[in-house]
Parts: sequence; structure tokens; C-alpha cells
Amino acid sequence: MKLVVAVLRPERLTDVLAALYRAQVRGFTISRVEGHGGELAEVQTYRGTTVKMELSEKVRLEIGVSDHFVDATVRAIIEGARTGDVGDGKIFVLPVEKVYRIRTGEEDQAAVTPVDEGTS
Amino acid sequence: MSKGEPVQAADLAWMLVATAMVLLMTPALGFFYGGMVRAKNALNTIMMSVVALGVVGLTWAVIGYSLAFSGDGAFLGDTRFALLSGVDLAAKGSIPHVVFFAYQASFAIITGALVSGAVVERMRFRPYVAFLVLFTVVVYAPVAHWVWGGGWLAKLGALDFAGGTVVHIDAAAAALVAALVLRPRKDYAHQAILPHNVPFTLLGAGLLWFGWFGFNAGSALGANPIAGLAFVNTLLAPIATLCVWLLLDSWRSGRVTAVGAATAIVVGLVAITPAAGYVSPRAALLIGALATPPSYFALLYRARTRLDDSLDVLAAHGLGGATGALLTGVFAERVYTGSTGGLFEGNLRQLGVQALGIAAAALYSGVATFVLLRLIALVSPLRASDRDERFGLDVSQHGEEAYTRGDGALLVLRADVTKEKSP
Repeated sequence: MKLVVAVLRPERLTDVLAALYRAQVRGFTISRVEGHGGELAEVQTYRGTTVKMELSEKVRLEIGVSDHFVDATVRAIIEGARTGDVGDGKIFVLPVEKVYRIRTGEEDQAAVTPVDEGTS
Repeated sequence: MSKGEPVQAADLAWMLVATAMVLLMTPALGFFYGGMVRAKNALNTIMMSVVALGVVGLTWAVIGYSLAFSGDGAFLGDTRFALLSGVDLAAKGSIPHVVFFAYQASFAIITGALVSGAVVERMRFRPYVAFLVLFTVVVYAPVAHWVWGGGWLAKLGALDFAGGTVVHIDAAAAALVAALVLRPRKDYAHQAILPHNVPFTLLGAGLLWFGWFGFNAGSALGANPIAGLAFVNTLLAPIATLCVWLLLDSWRSGRVTAVGAATAIVVGLVAITPAAGYVSPRAALLIGALATPPSYFALLYRARTRLDDSLDVLAAHGLGGATGALLTGVFAERVYTGSTGGLFEGNLRQLGVQALGIAAAALYSGVATFVLLRLIALVSPLRASDRDERFGLDVSQHGEEAYTRGDGALLVLRADVTKEKSP
């Protein structure tokens, strides 16, 4: 199993989720984060205070997948997240030692395989 | 409005208050609209209303007021009051001329701001400001002259108590054309675009209602019984709209919505505007109720089309305004208008005159808006770049964010800041 961690532009999240859905990737977690990826810092002014915003809002997406699903997952994320400008984000693929599904106690491969319970 | 009539203290007192109330409607509209856009465009949307207070107000003082309220022309006034010359303390009606000017200024301001609802989240700020100035001179001032300045619609006997045609039909036609010229937002019909702050929208609707008492009851231009009638009708019509809207909501989806309630209040206010001082309180309830279905179903339908009139200026102000103006021709009573009655008093002609007023204002405003936007586009692109639209117009147009925490903000002490590559 692998853990795919992606850092994305928040405004691309909807497209990424749609691409993941099309790629049959069903389980994921997102968090709102801030980061800096070499993009231009926006200058903002509030009365006499001028600042350069060095942190941009990003979304971190975490997906646990079976090995043979890694490629499809990564490709879907790139397809949805790319704008071509600096700041589109990064994808990290990490090895995973152990996975448990809390509901059933299933482990590893079984725990990251989605169950099609009541799909749509 | 004969000169020489003395200024009446009670009339003056009421009109001072009414002017301030109408002025409050413009920031209120900013909140009404601002709540309905995404957080990244919240300031830009509110600023589209706030900037009208500045530039439309100035345009009105320089030339707009004179073009609307001077001379005997059928289509346009003259320049005798330009730069406020001759706008003095002498009585116009029973209030000082200068107060009449200020009251009308607050109307011009909100009319321009209303149009912004059709172009939010994608129009660049400078061309928008240019449009506001040109719209006020080329569209609002002439139409105000037609109806209130002694122009051709006034001579025909069109009934528009507080500006259903002049303010709402005008703005809605301009909004429709502007939405078509600007084309839809990139994300429109592609991903869900949700209101970022529904409480703002409700707050805005509440403040609009408050201000609208000044808008409608103030249009009596004095503290008199007709002002009282307009005031009561401004209370009753939105009450009926709100009830009918909530019933429709509940019938359609089983739930009553907050955005629906805020919209209903505005639709009811728009509908009663042309009728406020001309119809009975019972008719006001009917007008409020009857104005609900057209706007309600137009909103639902519009969202399924490619017409990105983002905040439904056409459905709320266009249909609400048109329904109200037509129903004015139905319910108007001679005892209130002092001149003609409506259909229910056997005056079928009035309905025709009302329809003509709507069509003329809509057509003129729509065509003029198209030409103005095309002219502005020759000088400066109307739309924000794709990148700016994606990031939001708050940062790209104003260099501010509505909700910033300041994390990662480096203080810049030099004055000559430009965008630099970060280290």
C-alpha cells in the first residue's frame, strides 16, 4: 500500500475530486493548509500597512491506495490540479507500513479496497 | 412644484431623513450581494456598490442631476444645473432645491450599484467604474427625465411612484446585457458556486427594507398622507411576497430557505416601488403576492441556462419591477394619484402606458449598455484574466482579502513595492 499526499490549489479541488471519482478512487481525506511553493507573493495594503503574503492557501489531500492504484491516482490528481502556473502543488507517494479499517478490523489491502455499499 | 411656495419644516425634516435612508440602501445592497458570492470575491462585490457612492454621486452633481431634472425636453434636460449651479435653498415643491438634489442623488447611486449583481466575480474594477459613470449620464439621467423630469413618459401619464421603471427596469435591462457581454464565470455551470455568507445577505435585505421606507415614502417629497400610504404599502407588499415565497419554497423542496427569504423581501420591495403612493394597502398585499411567482420561477429557470446573471438582477429587479409597474396600471386609484386610475377604475389605457414605459426603458437601457460596454472594452478589457478570476478579485483588484489572518504576511517598509519573486 501507499499513501498519496498531494498539496493543491484550493480552487482546483473540485476538478481533482471529479478526476479521482472518474478514476474510481473513492476514499480520501482533505485538510486546509497554508504553504509556500515559490509563487509570486501577493502585495496587500491595509491603510498604511503594506505586506507581502508569503503563504498561500492550499489543500492537502491524503489517499491510502493499493500499489496498483498509485499511477491512476497520481494521474487523476495531476489532471485536475494543473494550471501551468507556479504554485500548482506537489504529490508525494509514501510507503505505508500497516493499514486497519476501524469498522471491521480488516488489514492492509482489504482495508484500502472500497466497499460499494449503497453507492448512488 | 411651483417655486415660491415656502419650505415646509415637516416636509424638510422627513426628506432629510429619507435621503439618509436611501443612501444606506447602497452599502446594504453591497452586503446583500456580498454574501452571495464566494469569499475570494466578497470585498470586490461589496466595493462595486460602495464605489457607486463615490463616482455616481460625483457624476450626479457634475451633470447627471441637470440632465434629469431641468428643461422641458421630451427626452433630456439641459445643463443649467450642471455643477450644482442654481441648486440653492429656494423651495422646490416644499423642500429646498438642494435637498431635492441630494434625495435624487441617492437614487442614481443605487441604480448603478444594482447592475453589479450581473457581473460579479469576473469584471475588472476600472472598466466597471467607467461603466457606472457612463451609465449614469447616458441611461439613468435620461430615463429619470422621461418619467420624473417632465419628459415624454410623464406627459403620457405613466405612473411610477418611486422608480420601478427608472431604477429597477433600467438596472435589470443593463444587467442582462452586461451578463451577456461579459459572458459566464469560468466556473459557472461547471462547479457549484455557493454563497459564502448567507447572514450577510439577510442583513443586507433587512437594511434594504429599512432604507426602502425612505425610497418609497420619501418619493411623496413631503410629510403628507401619501407618504404615509407609501410607507404602509412598503411594509405590506414584502410581507405578502415573503409569505408566498416561503410557501413556494416549502411546496417545492419541503424546506424554507434563508436566501429565499432575503430574495423575497427584495422582490416585494421592487414590486411595490412604482405603486407605493398610488394603490390601497389591500392592493399592496396583492401586488406583493402576485409579484412572487414570476421572480421565483425565473430564478430557478435562469440557474439552468447559460445566462450567468450571477445574482439574478433580471429575475428580482426586472421581473419584480415589470410586474409591479403593470399592476400599478391595474390597481392605481384616482383618489391617491390625483390624476388617473388603473384598470380597476375602467382605465385600460393606463395598462398600455405602463407597458410602454417598461418596454421603452428596458430597450433603451439594454441597447445603451451594450454600446457603452463595447466602447469601454476598446480601451480596457472588461474581464479579469483567468488567473485573477481563479484567485479571486479581492486580491487581484484591491490587494486586500475579506478574511485574512495575517499568517505569513511580511511587513514591507519600502514605499515602492512591486510584485517580486519571493526568496
